[in-house]
Amino acid sequence: MEPELSSIVPQPPDKSKIWIIWKVAIILGIVTGLEFVVALQLPENFSAFKIWIFIGMTFIKAGYIIGEFMHLAHEQKTLMWTIMIPTVFVLWLIAALFIQADSIYNAIY
Amino acid sequence: MENSVSIKSDQNSLWQGGVEPFKASYGKLMMWFFLISDAFTFSAFLIAYGVIRYRHPAFEGMVDNFSFSQVYWPIPEKVFDAAPLLHGVELPLVFVGIMTFILILSSVTMVLAVEAGHRMDRAGVEKWMIWTIIGGVAFLSCQAWEWSHFIDGTDDGSKLLDGSIFYGANLEINQYGPPNFAAFFFFITGFHGFHVFSGIAINFLIFYQATVGILERRGHYEMVEKTGLYWHFVDLVWVFVFTFFYLI
Repeated sequence: MEPELSSIVPQPPDKSKIWIIWKVAIILGIVTGLEFVVALQLPENFSAFKIWIFIGMTFIKAGYIIGEFMHLAHEQKTLMWTIMIPTVFVLWLIAALFIQADSIYNAIY
Repeated sequence: MENSVSIKSDQNSLWQGGVEPFKASYGKLMMWFFLISDAFTFSAFLIAYGVIRYRHPAFEGMVDNFSFSQVYWPIPEKVFDAAPLLHGVELPLVFVGIMTFILILSSVTMVLAVEAGHRMDRAGVEKWMIWTIIGGVAFLSCQAWEWSHFIDGTDDGSKLLDGSIFYGANLEINQYGPPNFAAFFFFITGFHGFHVFSGIAINFLIFYQATVGILERRGHYEMVEKTGLYWHFVDLVWVFVFTFFYLI
Protein backbone atom coordinates (compact mmCIF):
# COMPACT_ATOMS: atom_id res chain seq x y z
CA MET A 1 0.00 0.00 0.00
CA GLU A 2 1.39 3.36 -0.96
CA PRO A 3 0.77 6.02 1.63
CA GLU A 4 -1.58 8.79 0.64
CA LEU A 5 0.56 11.82 -0.19
CA SER A 6 -1.77 14.23 1.50
CA SER A 7 -1.52 12.23 4.72
CA ILE A 8 2.24 12.83 5.10
CA VAL A 9 2.94 15.64 7.52
CA PRO A 10 6.59 16.56 7.97
CA GLN A 11 7.78 16.44 11.55
CA PRO A 12 9.08 19.68 13.04
CA PRO A 13 12.86 20.11 12.90
CA ASP A 14 14.85 19.11 15.97
CA LYS A 15 16.76 22.29 16.84
CA SER A 16 19.51 20.47 18.78
CA LYS A 17 20.32 18.17 15.82
CA ILE A 18 20.56 21.10 13.42
CA TRP A 19 22.76 23.00 15.87
CA ILE A 20 25.18 20.03 15.95
CA ILE A 21 25.42 20.13 12.13
CA TRP A 22 26.27 23.84 12.17
CA LYS A 23 28.68 23.36 15.04
CA VAL A 24 30.65 20.78 13.02
CA ALA A 25 30.56 23.16 10.03
CA ILE A 26 32.01 25.95 12.18
CA ILE A 27 34.77 23.65 13.47
CA LEU A 28 35.68 22.66 9.90
CA GLY A 29 35.78 26.33 8.90
CA ILE A 30 37.98 27.30 11.84
CA VAL A 31 40.45 24.47 11.22
CA THR A 32 40.73 25.44 7.54
CA GLY A 33 41.28 29.06 8.59
CA LEU A 34 44.02 27.98 11.00
CA GLU A 35 45.71 26.07 8.18
CA PHE A 36 45.97 29.34 6.28
CA VAL A 37 47.46 31.12 9.25
CA VAL A 38 50.03 28.35 9.68
CA ALA A 39 50.82 28.24 5.94
CA LEU A 40 51.37 31.97 5.52
CA GLN A 41 52.35 33.35 8.93
CA LEU A 42 54.70 30.82 10.54
CA PRO A 43 58.39 31.47 9.77
CA GLU A 44 59.92 29.32 7.06
CA ASN A 45 62.43 27.44 9.15
CA PHE A 46 59.58 25.54 10.74
CA SER A 47 58.75 23.69 7.51
CA ALA A 48 58.96 20.11 8.87
CA PHE A 49 56.90 21.16 11.89
CA LYS A 50 54.36 22.81 9.56
CA ILE A 51 53.87 19.62 7.57
CA TRP A 52 52.95 17.69 10.71
CA ILE A 53 50.53 20.43 11.76
CA PHE A 54 48.85 20.22 8.35
CA ILE A 55 48.60 16.44 8.53
CA GLY A 56 47.17 16.62 12.06
CA MET A 57 44.58 19.23 11.05
CA THR A 58 43.64 17.20 7.98
CA PHE A 59 42.90 14.20 10.14
CA ILE A 60 40.83 16.32 12.53
CA LYS A 61 38.74 17.50 9.57
CA ALA A 62 38.52 13.99 8.11
CA GLY A 63 37.35 12.68 11.49
CA TYR A 64 34.52 15.21 11.70
CA ILE A 65 33.43 14.64 8.09
CA ILE A 66 33.43 10.84 8.37
CA GLY A 67 32.12 10.66 11.93
CA GLU A 68 29.41 13.33 11.90
CA PHE A 69 28.51 14.18 8.28
CA MET A 70 28.76 10.60 7.04
CA HIS A 71 27.33 9.47 10.38
CA LEU A 72 29.84 6.64 10.78
CA ALA A 73 30.47 7.39 14.47
CA HIS A 74 26.80 6.72 15.18
CA GLU A 75 26.51 3.48 13.19
CA GLN A 76 27.02 -0.02 14.63
CA LYS A 77 30.59 -0.44 15.89
CA THR A 78 31.05 -3.52 13.66
CA LEU A 79 30.18 -1.45 10.59
CA MET A 80 32.52 1.33 11.68
CA TRP A 81 35.49 -1.02 12.06
CA THR A 82 34.65 -2.83 8.80
CA ILE A 83 35.09 0.50 7.05
CA MET A 84 38.04 1.84 9.06
CA ILE A 85 40.34 -1.19 9.38
CA PRO A 86 41.04 -1.73 5.62
CA THR A 87 42.51 1.77 5.44
CA VAL A 88 45.64 0.49 7.23
CA PHE A 89 46.70 -0.85 3.83
CA VAL A 90 47.22 2.78 2.82
CA LEU A 91 49.89 3.06 5.53
CA TRP A 92 51.67 0.10 4.01
CA LEU A 93 51.57 1.73 0.57
CA ILE A 94 53.00 4.95 2.01
CA ALA A 95 55.83 3.09 3.74
CA ALA A 96 56.68 0.91 0.74
CA LEU A 97 56.68 3.66 -1.86
CA PHE A 98 58.52 6.25 0.24
CA ILE A 99 61.35 3.80 0.95
CA GLN A 100 61.44 3.25 -2.82
CA ALA A 101 61.48 6.99 -3.52
CA ASP A 102 64.36 7.47 -1.08
CA SER A 103 66.42 4.86 -2.93
CA ILE A 104 65.69 6.41 -6.32
CA TYR A 105 66.70 9.85 -5.02
CA ASN A 106 69.96 8.48 -3.60
CA ALA A 107 70.71 6.68 -6.86
CA ILE A 108 70.25 9.87 -8.93
CA TYR A 109 71.69 12.63 -6.71
CA MET B 1 16.80 -40.10 12.62
CA GLU B 2 18.08 -40.63 16.12
CA ASN B 3 21.74 -40.57 15.07
CA SER B 4 21.70 -37.46 12.91
CA VAL B 5 23.12 -34.29 14.26
CA SER B 6 20.37 -31.90 15.05
CA ILE B 7 20.99 -28.30 14.22
CA LYS B 8 19.79 -26.07 16.95
CA SER B 9 17.55 -23.46 15.45
CA ASP B 10 18.32 -20.42 17.47
CA GLN B 11 16.46 -17.32 16.38
CA ASN B 12 19.18 -15.08 17.76
CA SER B 13 22.06 -16.60 15.85
CA LEU B 14 23.71 -14.33 13.30
CA TRP B 15 23.88 -17.16 10.78
CA GLN B 16 20.18 -18.00 10.64
CA GLY B 17 19.26 -14.97 8.59
CA GLY B 18 16.69 -12.39 9.44
CA VAL B 19 19.05 -10.24 11.51
CA GLU B 20 21.01 -7.18 10.44
CA PRO B 21 24.43 -7.20 12.10
CA PHE B 22 25.27 -3.78 10.61
CA LYS B 23 21.77 -2.26 10.99
CA ALA B 24 22.25 -0.70 7.56
CA SER B 25 20.45 -1.33 4.29
CA TYR B 26 22.03 -3.12 1.35
CA GLY B 27 22.37 0.07 -0.69
CA LYS B 28 24.07 2.00 2.08
CA LEU B 29 26.56 -0.82 2.75
CA MET B 30 27.43 -1.07 -0.93
CA MET B 31 27.97 2.68 -1.06
CA TRP B 32 30.38 2.37 1.87
CA PHE B 33 32.27 -0.47 0.18
CA PHE B 34 32.48 1.52 -3.04
CA LEU B 35 33.80 4.49 -1.11
CA ILE B 36 36.56 2.35 0.45
CA SER B 37 37.73 1.31 -3.00
CA ASP B 38 37.55 4.90 -4.19
CA ALA B 39 39.54 5.98 -1.14
CA PHE B 40 42.27 3.54 -2.17
CA THR B 41 42.33 5.02 -5.67
CA PHE B 42 42.80 8.55 -4.35
CA SER B 43 45.35 7.36 -1.79
CA ALA B 44 47.35 5.83 -4.63
CA PHE B 45 47.24 9.13 -6.53
CA LEU B 46 48.35 11.22 -3.56
CA ILE B 47 51.05 8.78 -2.46
CA ALA B 48 52.39 8.62 -6.02
CA TYR B 49 52.49 12.43 -5.97
CA GLY B 50 54.47 12.34 -2.72
CA VAL B 51 56.90 9.79 -4.08
CA ILE B 52 57.58 11.66 -7.33
CA ARG B 53 57.90 14.92 -5.43
CA TYR B 54 60.51 13.57 -3.04
CA ARG B 55 62.54 11.97 -5.78
CA HIS B 56 63.05 15.53 -7.11
CA PRO B 57 65.23 18.04 -5.27
CA ALA B 58 63.39 20.71 -3.26
CA PHE B 59 63.99 24.45 -3.58
CA GLU B 60 66.68 25.31 -1.05
CA GLY B 61 66.53 29.09 -0.60
CA MET B 62 64.07 31.42 1.10
CA VAL B 63 60.46 31.39 -0.16
CA ASP B 64 60.65 35.07 -1.18
CA ASN B 65 63.52 34.36 -3.58
CA PHE B 66 61.70 31.48 -5.24
CA SER B 67 61.56 31.38 -9.03
CA PHE B 68 60.21 28.70 -11.34
CA SER B 69 62.72 26.16 -12.62
CA GLN B 70 62.59 22.67 -14.04
CA VAL B 71 65.45 21.61 -11.78
CA TYR B 72 63.49 21.49 -8.50
CA TRP B 73 59.90 20.95 -7.41
CA PRO B 74 57.90 24.23 -7.12
CA ILE B 75 56.45 25.61 -3.88
CA PRO B 76 52.66 25.26 -4.33
CA GLU B 77 51.76 28.62 -2.78
CA LYS B 78 53.96 30.30 -5.41
CA VAL B 79 52.14 28.51 -8.23
CA PHE B 80 48.58 28.98 -7.02
CA ASP B 81 48.63 32.65 -6.10
CA ALA B 82 46.14 34.14 -8.57
CA ALA B 83 42.45 34.95 -8.30
CA PRO B 84 39.88 36.00 -10.91
CA LEU B 85 39.59 39.75 -11.67
CA LEU B 86 42.70 40.49 -9.60
CA HIS B 87 45.34 40.28 -12.25
CA GLY B 88 48.89 40.65 -11.01
CA VAL B 89 47.94 40.65 -7.34
CA GLU B 90 49.73 37.97 -5.35
CA LEU B 91 47.18 36.07 -3.29
CA PRO B 92 48.78 32.79 -2.28
CA LEU B 93 46.20 30.00 -1.88
CA VAL B 94 43.31 32.45 -1.43
CA PHE B 95 41.29 31.21 -4.38
CA VAL B 96 41.78 27.55 -3.54
CA GLY B 97 40.76 28.40 0.04
CA ILE B 98 37.50 29.87 -1.24
CA MET B 99 36.92 26.66 -3.22
CA THR B 100 37.49 24.63 -0.05
CA PHE B 101 34.92 26.67 1.86
CA ILE B 102 32.40 26.28 -0.98
CA LEU B 103 32.76 22.51 -0.92
CA ILE B 104 32.52 22.30 2.88
CA LEU B 105 29.39 24.46 2.80
CA SER B 106 27.78 22.28 0.16
CA SER B 107 28.55 19.30 2.39
CA VAL B 108 26.72 21.07 5.23
CA THR B 109 23.64 21.70 3.08
CA MET B 110 23.74 18.01 2.11
CA VAL B 111 23.56 16.97 5.79
CA LEU B 112 20.64 19.35 6.22
CA ALA B 113 18.90 17.67 3.24
CA VAL B 114 19.42 14.25 4.85
CA GLU B 115 18.06 15.61 8.13
CA ALA B 116 14.97 16.98 6.36
CA GLY B 117 14.52 13.57 4.71
CA HIS B 118 14.41 11.86 8.09
CA ARG B 119 11.49 14.11 8.98
CA MET B 120 9.71 13.38 5.65
CA ASP B 121 9.97 17.10 4.94
CA ARG B 122 9.79 17.22 1.15
CA ALA B 123 10.11 20.99 0.87
CA GLY B 124 13.19 20.90 3.12
CA VAL B 125 14.84 18.16 1.05
CA GLU B 126 14.21 20.11 -2.15
CA LYS B 127 15.57 23.34 -0.70
CA TRP B 128 18.79 21.88 0.70
CA MET B 129 19.41 19.62 -2.30
CA ILE B 130 19.25 22.59 -4.65
CA TRP B 131 21.74 24.50 -2.46
CA THR B 132 24.04 21.47 -2.54
CA ILE B 133 23.85 21.35 -6.32
CA ILE B 134 24.56 25.09 -6.55
CA GLY B 135 27.60 24.62 -4.29
CA GLY B 136 28.88 21.81 -6.50
CA VAL B 137 28.46 23.84 -9.68
CA ALA B 138 30.19 26.82 -8.04
CA PHE B 139 33.13 24.62 -7.07
CA LEU B 140 33.44 23.19 -10.58
CA SER B 141 33.32 26.67 -12.09
CA CYS B 142 36.14 27.80 -9.81
CA GLN B 143 38.13 24.77 -10.82
CA ALA B 144 37.56 25.55 -14.49
CA TRP B 145 38.99 29.02 -13.93
CA GLU B 146 41.96 27.61 -12.05
CA TRP B 147 42.68 25.08 -14.80
CA SER B 148 42.52 27.69 -17.51
CA HIS B 149 44.84 29.99 -15.54
CA PHE B 150 47.25 27.12 -14.91
CA ILE B 151 47.24 26.16 -18.61
CA ASP B 152 47.67 29.76 -19.83
CA GLY B 153 50.48 30.54 -17.42
CA THR B 154 51.87 33.78 -16.03
CA ASP B 155 52.70 36.94 -17.97
CA ASP B 156 56.44 36.32 -17.97
CA GLY B 157 56.49 32.56 -18.35
CA SER B 158 59.75 30.95 -17.33
CA LYS B 159 62.95 29.75 -18.90
CA LEU B 160 63.26 26.04 -19.65
CA LEU B 161 66.48 24.03 -19.44
CA ASP B 162 67.12 24.54 -23.17
CA GLY B 163 66.92 28.32 -22.72
CA SER B 164 63.55 28.88 -24.39
CA ILE B 165 60.68 30.67 -22.65
CA PHE B 166 57.53 28.66 -21.99
CA TYR B 167 54.14 29.88 -20.81
CA GLY B 168 51.64 27.77 -18.87
CA ALA B 169 51.41 24.01 -18.84
CA ASN B 170 50.40 20.91 -20.73
CA LEU B 171 50.87 17.22 -20.01
CA GLU B 172 54.43 17.19 -21.38
CA ILE B 173 55.97 20.44 -20.25
CA ASN B 174 55.18 23.32 -17.93
CA GLN B 175 56.66 26.59 -16.73
CA TYR B 176 56.28 25.82 -13.02
CA GLY B 177 58.60 22.87 -12.49
CA PRO B 178 59.42 19.33 -13.61
CA PRO B 179 56.95 17.88 -16.20
CA ASN B 180 55.42 15.56 -13.59
CA PHE B 181 54.21 18.53 -11.54
CA ALA B 182 51.61 19.59 -14.11
CA ALA B 183 50.78 15.97 -14.94
CA PHE B 184 49.89 15.31 -11.30
CA PHE B 185 47.94 18.54 -11.07
CA PHE B 186 45.80 17.54 -14.04
CA PHE B 187 45.30 13.96 -12.89
CA ILE B 188 44.57 14.54 -9.21
CA THR B 189 42.37 17.63 -9.43
CA GLY B 190 40.87 16.31 -12.67
CA PHE B 191 39.92 12.98 -11.14
CA HIS B 192 38.45 14.78 -8.15
CA GLY B 193 36.66 17.26 -10.41
CA PHE B 194 35.10 14.41 -12.32
CA HIS B 195 33.86 12.99 -9.01
CA VAL B 196 32.30 16.37 -8.24
CA PHE B 197 30.69 16.36 -11.68
CA SER B 198 29.18 12.90 -11.25
CA GLY B 199 28.13 13.87 -7.72
CA ILE B 200 26.22 16.85 -9.11
CA ALA B 201 24.56 14.58 -11.70
CA ILE B 202 23.49 12.06 -9.03
CA ASN B 203 22.36 14.83 -6.68
CA PHE B 204 20.26 16.30 -9.46
CA LEU B 205 18.67 12.93 -10.14
CA ILE B 206 17.73 12.52 -6.47
CA PHE B 207 16.54 16.13 -6.33
CA TYR B 208 14.29 15.40 -9.31
CA GLN B 209 12.93 12.23 -7.68
CA ALA B 210 12.17 14.16 -4.51
CA THR B 211 10.50 16.95 -6.46
CA VAL B 212 8.09 14.69 -8.36
CA GLY B 213 7.25 12.79 -5.18
CA ILE B 214 8.87 9.41 -5.98
CA LEU B 215 10.76 9.33 -2.68
CA GLU B 216 7.73 10.42 -0.69
CA ARG B 217 5.60 7.62 -2.21
CA ARG B 218 8.40 5.18 -1.37
CA GLY B 219 7.92 6.13 2.26
CA HIS B 220 11.51 7.10 3.06
CA TYR B 221 14.30 9.39 1.82
CA GLU B 222 17.15 6.91 2.07
CA MET B 223 18.34 7.74 -1.44
CA VAL B 224 19.23 11.20 -0.14
CA GLU B 225 21.38 9.56 2.54
CA LYS B 226 23.19 7.38 -0.03
CA THR B 227 23.96 10.20 -2.42
CA GLY B 228 24.90 12.23 0.66
CA LEU B 229 27.55 9.65 1.58
CA TYR B 230 29.06 10.03 -1.88
CA TRP B 231 28.95 13.82 -1.71
CA HIS B 232 30.66 13.93 1.70
CA PHE B 233 33.32 11.58 0.36
CA VAL B 234 34.05 14.04 -2.46
CA ASP B 235 34.46 16.75 0.19
CA LEU B 236 36.69 14.44 2.24
CA VAL B 237 38.96 13.78 -0.74
CA TRP B 238 39.25 17.52 -1.35
CA VAL B 239 40.38 18.04 2.26
CA PHE B 240 43.26 15.64 1.58
CA VAL B 241 44.05 17.09 -1.87
CA PHE B 242 44.07 20.59 -0.36
CA THR B 243 46.60 19.55 2.28
CA PHE B 244 48.89 17.33 0.25
CA PHE B 245 48.82 19.18 -3.06
CA TYR B 246 48.36 22.85 -2.11
CA LEU B 247 49.62 23.32 1.46
CA ILE B 248 52.65 21.06 1.85
